Amino acid sequence: MKLHETASQTVGPYVHIGCMPNAIGLHDVYPEDLGARMRGESTEGQKITIEGIIRDGAGAPLTDALVEIWQADARGRYGADGSGFTGWGRAAADAQSGVWRFETIKPGAVEAMAPHITFWIAARGINMALHTRMYFPEDETLQASDPVLAGFVPAPRRNTLIAQKTADFMYQFNIHLQGSEETVFFDV
Amino acid sequence: MTDLKGGMIPRDWRHQPPAFTPDYKSSRLRSPKLPKLSMPSTPSEDSGPVFTREILGPLDDDLTLNHAAPGEMAIGPRIIVHGQVKDEMGRGVPGALLEIWQANAGGRYRHKNDGYLAPLDPNFGGCGRAITDDEGGYRFHTVLPGPYPWPNGANDWRPAHIHFSVFGQSFAQRLVTQMYFEGDPLIWRCPIVATIPDRAAIERLIAPLDMAATVPFDARAYRFDLLLRGRHASPFENRPEGL
Ligand SMILES: [Fe+3]
Repeated sequence: MKLHETASQTVGPYVHIGCMPNAIGLHDVYPEDLGARMRGESTEGQKITIEGIIRDGAGAPLTDALVEIWQADARGRYGADGSGFTGWGRAAADAQSGVWRFETIKPGAVEAMAPHITFWIAARGINMALHTRMYFPEDETLQASDPVLAGFVPAPRRNTLIAQKTADFMYQFNIHLQGSEETVFFDV
Repeated sequence: MTDLKGGMIPRDWRHQPPAFTPDYKSSRLRSPKLPKLSMPSTPSEDSGPVFTREILGPLDDDLTLNHAAPGEMAIGPRIIVHGQVKDEMGRGVPGALLEIWQANAGGRYRHKNDGYLAPLDPNFGGCGRAITDDEGGYRFHTVLPGPYPWPNGANDWRPAHIHFSVFGQSFAQRLVTQMYFEGDPLIWRCPIVATIPDRAAIERLIAPLDMAATVPFDARAYRFDLLLRGRHASPFENRPEGL
């Protein structure tokens, strides 16, 4: 018999107490926030920084969000590789600006999929955390045959999943929950 | 273009809250307006981070002690919250990471944005974590959280609850929810609870008192099982150990 998945509830405004206490100044619970470090000294691949802001329907930044990412290593493999690379990162939106940031490496292509990073977003007012994906602006050719981007995402909305390069090895990926630039979210 | 096989059984949305639930005011501006794009899962969602017990401190699953001064203890009714993490086929999920957070016994969070009158408890940090055993079982010691008022309607109170964050074996199983306590009259008045469209799904978030697991003269027990969405039976590759 098939049972039912537990119903989701919002993380509420205080998710950082449980998931990233150090990020909000509570340094007396866990020595380090899980997901705060994604790569080690010997991790293969191009070191990159990704940052962004999540905005609500009025354009206001979400300053209480929790963002997680999951990605392949430089060779397109998932899972820890023994070099300190975890593939999984977690960041708290800044309490004033709403900016979140990851220091990671550029993933390799996974099977036929162009290099991409899976995003998972939780915050007050979000009843069920949202899944989306970030692709890189320099991978246009691979993206043309990406089974998700080219196979499922309508052409006019594809740009919502492509980060902007703001400097060498720096990417900006802003997420819009509503409005004309609403980001594509997946039921996957 | 290659076909996507999809390791995950598609999600059943009838038991999940929609994004736009205007009685819960925060959802109004934070709910995507366009439908989610459905697609089969890919290796990017079928896989997921693996957590091992090395990340846990010895008191991580005991909120009565994990932030208390030596010889002291958090204030409030002592409880045990335990249960099993399973998938939709009823199989226990070993190695699942559970992170919990909650208000103290007075209903106050240890967060600078929480200005509720109830006092902070210097011996209560309000968070804990555990990794499920071979059968998917877990157990926390904590204190019963208090209900608290919140700005939504003119007079809204959250029922007593514990927030849960769960990692299963796939990133697509990632789940956050809240556990409520049997008999709390605030449950059925709560706009956040009411975002869930299905009564039976709400009832599954209400942990019953579990006298069999209660420790006499020590702590009452509540049982809360968590069900993660199912994966297709065929195992998939690509899961090295150790994060
Ligand atoms: Fe809460």
